[in-house]
Amino acid sequence: MAENGKARTLFEKVWQPHIVREQSDDTPAVLYIDLHLVHEVTSPQAFSMLRERGLKVRRPDLTIGTMDHSTPTTPRNDLGVIPVADAMASKQLDTFAKNCEDFGIPMYALGDEHQGIVHVIGPEKGLTQPGMTIVCGDSHTSTHGAFGALAFGIGTSELGHVLATQTLLQNKPKTMAVNVAGRLGAGVTAKDIILAVIAKIGIGGGTGRVFEYRGEAIRSLSMEGRMTVCNMSIEGGARAGMVAPDDTTYEYIAGREHAPSGAEWDAAVARWRDLPSDEGAVFDKEITIHADELTPMITYGTNPGMGMPITAAVPAPEDESDYNRKIALDKALTYMDLAPGQRLLGQAIDVVFIGSCTNSRITDLRQAADFIKGRKVAEGLRMMVVPGSQQVKAQAESEGLDAIFREAGAEWREAGCSMCIAMNGDQLQPGQYAVSTSNRNFEGRQGKGGRTFLASPLTAAASAVAGVVTDPRAMMTGLSQGEG
Amino acid sequence: MEKLSHIQGTIVPIPVNDIDTDQIIPARFLKVTDKVGLGKAAFCDWRYGEDGETPNPDFILNKVEYQGAAVLVAGDNFGCGSSREHAPWALLGAGFKAVVSTDFADIFRNNALKNGLLPIAVDADTQQQLFSLAEEDPRAAVQINVETQTLTLPDGRKVSFPLDGFSKYCLLNGVDQLGYLLALDDEVREFEAKNPQRVVTTA
Ligand code: SF4
Repeated sequence: MAENGKARTLFEKVWQPHIVREQSDDTPAVLYIDLHLVHEVTSPQAFSMLRERGLKVRRPDLTIGTMDHSTPTTPRNDLGVIPVADAMASKQLDTFAKNCEDFGIPMYALGDEHQGIVHVIGPEKGLTQPGMTIVCGDSHTSTHGAFGALAFGIGTSELGHVLATQTLLQNKPKTMAVNVAGRLGAGVTAKDIILAVIAKIGIGGGTGRVFEYRGEAIRSLSMEGRMTVCNMSIEGGARAGMVAPDDTTYEYIAGREHAPSGAEWDAAVARWRDLPSDEGAVFDKEITIHADELTPMITYGTNPGMGMPITAAVPAPEDESDYNRKIALDKALTYMDLAPGQRLLGQAIDVVFIGSCTNSRITDLRQAADFIKGRKVAEGLRMMVVPGSQQVKAQAESEGLDAIFREAGAEWREAGCSMCIAMNGDQLQPGQYAVSTSNRNFEGRQGKGGRTFLASPLTAAASAVAGVVTDPRAMMTGLSQGEG
Repeated sequence: MEKLSHIQGTIVPIPVNDIDTDQIIPARFLKVTDKVGLGKAAFCDWRYGEDGETPNPDFILNKVEYQGAAVLVAGDNFGCGSSREHAPWALLGAGFKAVVSTDFADIFRNNALKNGLLPIAVDADTQQQLFSLAEEDPRAAVQINVETQTLTLPDGRKVSFPLDGFSKYCLLNGVDQLGYLLALDDEVREFEAKNPQRVVTTA
């Protein structure tokens, strides 16, 4: 509802009630944090700082930990344990376990039935709810915005602030409406929407802003599709992306471990129904893209903004009028070893990676498995399928998806970040090409010298079968449309 | 945090747009549990050869004449990508006290300021001027004054840069922001008394 007659955005409706102290000319706002997610990689120095100062974690009951980034995804041994071969990773994991134990933070350790990528387990356990403020020492915290939460990544110093005080100093960001009108065609997915948005605005286009994704195409996405879209907000420079909650949201949350129940559920839904932006609410900026015009997208360069329709040709540096951008494109094509004007369709690839907090949820895996079923991974190509969490893995196995992937010749791995960040064993070799469902194609991101094409799970699956970059629509027969 | 009021030093240009945190410090160096040794890994994949150890002679940070530079001048949109605070730790470890660009990714800027690494946003002309200056004369030095928020070029021209009041106060006085937040305990308690918690992770 509009308060005092002023129409407010979803962002404002979440921001304002969390202000402990208003922003002034001299100081940023002090924002209260409802949920703090922690993992092994960005937290150790923050815990050390607490120890040095003799501080406690103020609210362990609003904090939860999981191991995900530096964990191996190799099979369990005979004892059911996932061995950690890397000594530094092993030390980091042990340090994390001790920190969580010493400070009273609940934590899912490697191999636990609830362990997984931090942005997969929050929603999965019903911890991520509309209207909350959520932070994590990880830039893809924007994922949780799919529920109408204000969720963003923070650095290690800020992580220390939240551990010690449950608050954060923040200057109020600006807003930007990202309207996605119309409906997606067959073979075009949530991942293609967000790759198209980033290609349009560039990777710095959202700096200082919070996105609100709106429009028919967003409303018709599943929660998992909305998470895929919000996940990559940071790739457009925005720290957070949000989608107004609706019945799709409530249905997803209902019955999950940490979801409210009974009368509390009714009260919560009543509160959540007030969150969507009021009619007439003004955004600092607005853009619109048309879902019906979208095709599957793919990146050709070394940042997520260098994306194009999969049928298009790689742009030429000489056509770029801005000098710095010309240089950047030239550098990217050299790294990728691609020629200006070249088509990516038919480009040979070595690896297909299906996983990461962008696309490793059950809908993503179902979509890829549907496609792969009865087909084979191309000779000589390595396909890795890495579920986002142990829960996703168990669900997929109960549906027989693991068998489909294995029969096709793909690897079915333990849950974790895996080749998205290449921290523990899962990585590209120098010069290799991969079609990857993750979110970053930076130089060396998936392994030193590795070359990444970002795409949807459908495009990844089609490319795995063909052994070359492939438009999934060319191989589709009656696939359900616009899913994921 | 140490006090930071003035920076004087030479500049090193890396005229590349969108330098992401994976270039500043590749993920494989994030397995540390402290901040030690990250300086050596700054820009690792550009700085060293295939073996990760032999310096790449063409990369500017390895050139003798640019050793000891205090200010990094980069292309547009510096520091995009991950939230790793290892990025400013690595830059500080490599001896930098300030980074100049036309724009900074939000998380990088926040992280840098909390560690006394100054992000200086300038217009494209100044950025280009600094590139040419540093390329022509590696000994050319700039001066940075945090109080007046000015960058002085070797020819005496002064360029002002934005800096929010709170970060400036913290830099000048060596105050870290946690102290400020800890002092608000009463207000936080009041907030908590009025607002029921939404989830209980320990339940
Ligand atoms: S899956 Fe990739 S992007 Fe997501 S949290 Fe892990 S490393 Fe970060």
